[in-house]
Amino acid sequence: MMRIAAAILAAVLTLAAHADAPKIKIERGEACVAPTAQMRRDHMDMLLHQRDRTMRQGLREPRFSLKNCVDCHAARETGSVLGKDGFCSSCHEYAAVKMDCFECHTPLRQKRVAARP
Amino acid sequence: MNPDRREFLGWGAAAAAGAALAPGFRLIELAQARSPQEAASKLQRWGLLIDITKCADCDECVTACHEENGVTGHGRPATDAQWIRKVNLRDKRTGYAQTLPLMCQHCEHPPCVDVCPTGASFKRDDGIVLVDKHTCIGCRYCVLACPYGARSFIHEAVSGQKADVPRGKGTVESCTLCVHRVDRGETPACVEACNKDGGKAMAFGDLNDASAEIHRRLKSEPSSQIRADLALNTGVRYQGL
Repeated sequence: MMRIAAAILAAVLTLAAHADAPKIKIERGEACVAPTAQMRRDHMDMLLHQRDRTMRQGLREPRFSLKNCVDCHAARETGSVLGKDGFCSSCHEYAAVKMDCFECHTPLRQKRVAARP
Repeated sequence: MNPDRREFLGWGAAAAAGAALAPGFRLIELAQARSPQEAASKLQRWGLLIDITKCADCDECVTACHEENGVTGHGRPATDAQWIRKVNLRDKRTGYAQTLPLMCQHCEHPPCVDVCPTGASFKRDDGIVLVDKHTCIGCRYCVLACPYGARSFIHEAVSGQKADVPRGKGTVESCTLCVHRVDRGETPACVEACNKDGGKAMAFGDLNDASAEIHRRLKSEPSSQIRADLALNTGVRYQGL
């Protein structure tokens, strides 16, 4: 009985995990500032650290700059990291983690995108 | 040896060491344009010198500032954000009229920093007074504390911000001396516009740099601070007031 219940639970969990999992579209993922696994786990700490250094000390280092994140990861169609399949919003909506960044910062790419090869 | 005597001897030794240095040799190098990897330094103090006898009857500085920083209003002058404004003065007895641009005066002892309960209002090492909107709770104590009325509160949700100038509802903001441009080694937008299309009344520079034009002019020409009686030692100075 227990075994059947466990099997059903596992099946349900697997389905749930795959049904709504966010489709993360990495526009330019080949040269991020850290490996993908580390970025997924630590990006908020990197941004927080950089934020205080830039604001308080005037250090505008490009490495963990939010502006550069947006420039690489904004969607090609909308030019934004927000929206339905936006790089930031797709995952954050799935994980139900509210982000405040774009209350003030622009979610739009500033650099013009090179033409697709 | 009592403490006073020890201190006196210490000062004497320091003075002797200073005198022993060869002329032209500095222990601390003069401030220069920073790289992005270099923090803002106490060696510098950014400031403005505004000659209001040259200040023309235009608002090029205001337009340029609000364009550069993406400051947009809702057509409600009482509550719309204002980073810089033109103030008209008129002597009631003689009728003599003057006009001047007024913005955050980037005080050495800023009252807005004193009253801020979260530390969001702060002075950067190079003298630029800023609001850290990440920690601003929108209490508006600084708006009341500022004797120049330089701060504005954002009442409504903002969109279309400039990438270098984040702005958002529920926080206080004011002139940043175009800190993003200064960090790139440029001059503030108001100064650039005034010297291009206006009366060439505004000058920007490092008040501590003896080779800077602003330092030379402040040393050799009369200038004044607005509300000098408050002893805030403003970074923005006026001539012809």
